[in-house]
Amino acid sequence: MNSRLPKPPSVPITPGHGGRAPWRSRTQSRYLPLAATIALFIAVSVIGSTMYTGFLSPQVFLNLLIDNAFLIVVAVGQTFVILSGGIDLSVGSVIALTTMVSAALVEKAGWHPLAVIPLVLLMGTAFGTFMGWLIARFRLQPFIVTLAGMFLARGLCYLISIDSISITHPWYAAVSQIRIPVMSDASLSIGAVIALVVLAIAVFVAHYTPFGRSIYAVGGNPHSALLMGLPVHGATIGAYALSGFCSSLGGVLFTFYMLSGYGLHAMGLELDAIASVVIGGTLLTGGVGYVIGTLFGVLLLGIIQTLISFDGSLSSWWTKIAVGALLLVFCLSQRAFGHRAASR
Amino acid sequence: MDDAVRPNALRAALEHRLGWPIVTLALLLALNAAFNPGFLHIEWRDGHLYGSLIDILNRAAPLAVVSLGMTIVIATRGIDISVGAIVAIAGAVAAWAIGGSIAGDVTRLPLPVVLLAALGVALLCGVWNGLLVARAGMQPIIATLILMVAGRGIAQLITSGQIITIYYSPYFFFGGGYFLGLPVSILIVALVFALLYLAITRTALGLFLQAVGINPTAARVAGVQARRLTLGAYAFSGLCAGVAGILISSNVKSADGNNAGLLLELDAILAVTLGGTALTGGRFTLAGSVIGALIIQTLTYLIYSLGVPPEVNLVVKAIVVFAVMMLQSGEFRATVAKFARRPALSDREVHR
Repeated sequence: MNSRLPKPPSVPITPGHGGRAPWRSRTQSRYLPLAATIALFIAVSVIGSTMYTGFLSPQVFLNLLIDNAFLIVVAVGQTFVILSGGIDLSVGSVIALTTMVSAALVEKAGWHPLAVIPLVLLMGTAFGTFMGWLIARFRLQPFIVTLAGMFLARGLCYLISIDSISITHPWYAAVSQIRIPVMSDASLSIGAVIALVVLAIAVFVAHYTPFGRSIYAVGGNPHSALLMGLPVHGATIGAYALSGFCSSLGGVLFTFYMLSGYGLHAMGLELDAIASVVIGGTLLTGGVGYVIGTLFGVLLLGIIQTLISFDGSLSSWWTKIAVGALLLVFCLSQRAFGHRAASR
Repeated sequence: MDDAVRPNALRAALEHRLGWPIVTLALLLALNAAFNPGFLHIEWRDGHLYGSLIDILNRAAPLAVVSLGMTIVIATRGIDISVGAIVAIAGAVAAWAIGGSIAGDVTRLPLPVVLLAALGVALLCGVWNGLLVARAGMQPIIATLILMVAGRGIAQLITSGQIITIYYSPYFFFGGGYFLGLPVSILIVALVFALLYLAITRTALGLFLQAVGINPTAARVAGVQARRLTLGAYAFSGLCAGVAGILISSNVKSADGNNAGLLLELDAILAVTLGGTALTGGRFTLAGSVIGALIIQTLTYLIYSLGVPPEVNLVVKAIVVFAVMMLQSGEFRATVAKFARRPALSDREVHR
């Protein structure tokens, strides 16, 4: 379903759109990183299917969505922050905190999961809003603020418990077992469906709402955005609030996936999320990119992992090296495009 | 109003860039001494100095070395988040070069070659970062993110995903040995600090670094080799991480590609910030960064001695980071000053 989502419209992001410059070449260069990611994803799938039998089965691809559902949600939130010109390092630890709070409330305090989930979502959103407020109000560096947020959320996990709390509540077990059949022999988990819904809403918000357009404007040039009368503070705070919400929702999905709460959960996930966003074609300087690209960034990371696990002879650390190499290629090519755009 | 009665010397000390870091460190040491009566006691035992203070210095050594490299990078308006991965790579290379022989005096390669190999690879990593930033023009955080992600993979590749135990006893001298009664690691930090300090105060290097950090374009127009300096800064940071890698692997007698130097980059950035160097580049202080590293280690020690689970350390660190960045933020100080000044215009305004 995801590949049939409408392509984002070519709303002007880059300055100088008003002239009658060659529309096609501009559109092409804007879509190029996204196209490269999708092409690479298809190429890796084809290579995988020629090398290993059973690689091209629908379930292998749906498993990419199932296994990376939380990463998709988190990376979508991260996309908004990066589009606004910031960065959010706290996402992995907010996931850990969400699993920990959920586990503690459900298992230790005996709350019902349906009461816990809204609470943790609210908590994550409040956490993101607070960081966004610090960044916008006091002009602090996003890197340092979210770094402190990362320390804080991980530390709070350990304040609740140092050990892992496993979740035995039947509701969680039941929800995590639900499979939605897609084709005759393939199915999706509830987490993957939620991730796709979040993605669809995020595409709409980014490209069709004033909030989304302000985020692009703030990321492109905060000073111009301010002079244009756009709510710069509001957009910045909103981006971090959204990322906080997405992180805690990712945490809820992660809870379904792992059925436990632990302070060491999702260690280093912020790197995966940032890598997915960059590989998806979003510029880290802000203002340029597409939410849908992030999906393919996540899927590309996922399929490389699948390829390595199908191979068997390659060890898991090759994933990290491959992700690093991909990041390098994408950043270097972005630089090349950037220079061309600047010189035009 | 109390400003008027405050002695001028104290105010001058607090306005000095190292004033607040030193006060923070002194406060933490005093707290430690209050909770732990034997804290300040140093004695001579087994042919070397022994005591909590020596222990803090020893444990802060790897962080202090990394912070020195990070200071230079931050001075050029950059950031290096790959240092933790470089620490892991350097440790892995050293462990590989020593080999897995269980006999305590056999190595695959001679010890000087082991050290040169580890430092050389670390330097290479730094040069790689520098090339990406200075030549390819990438954002520093992204350029070093690449090595941060891939570097752990490379380190695991070298160690084949295992934790390699080191049995070669002469290697333990660097991270756990003593020379002239002091831990060798402290002397290594002192050596790096002294060399760097001489380089930036006795030559124009420090001035050039600040020029690049304050305005890269202006520095280049004024004839400063901005790109070469930036490249050099990242190379130096890599080298420092390599030294830290040797110190850590020698201290724990093993190399762990996955966990060696984990989150060290964040601690190093924190140490530099605590020391009074702004992340926006330009003016920097080497002594401040070393003090910052000591503050972090003293804080850790305090939390351990209070009997709080060490993981809670993260919450305390977070609060410290929040506090420091608020104090460094001009906007925040202006807001506070506005509230403080509202009743009457004091003479403080004149000073601001």
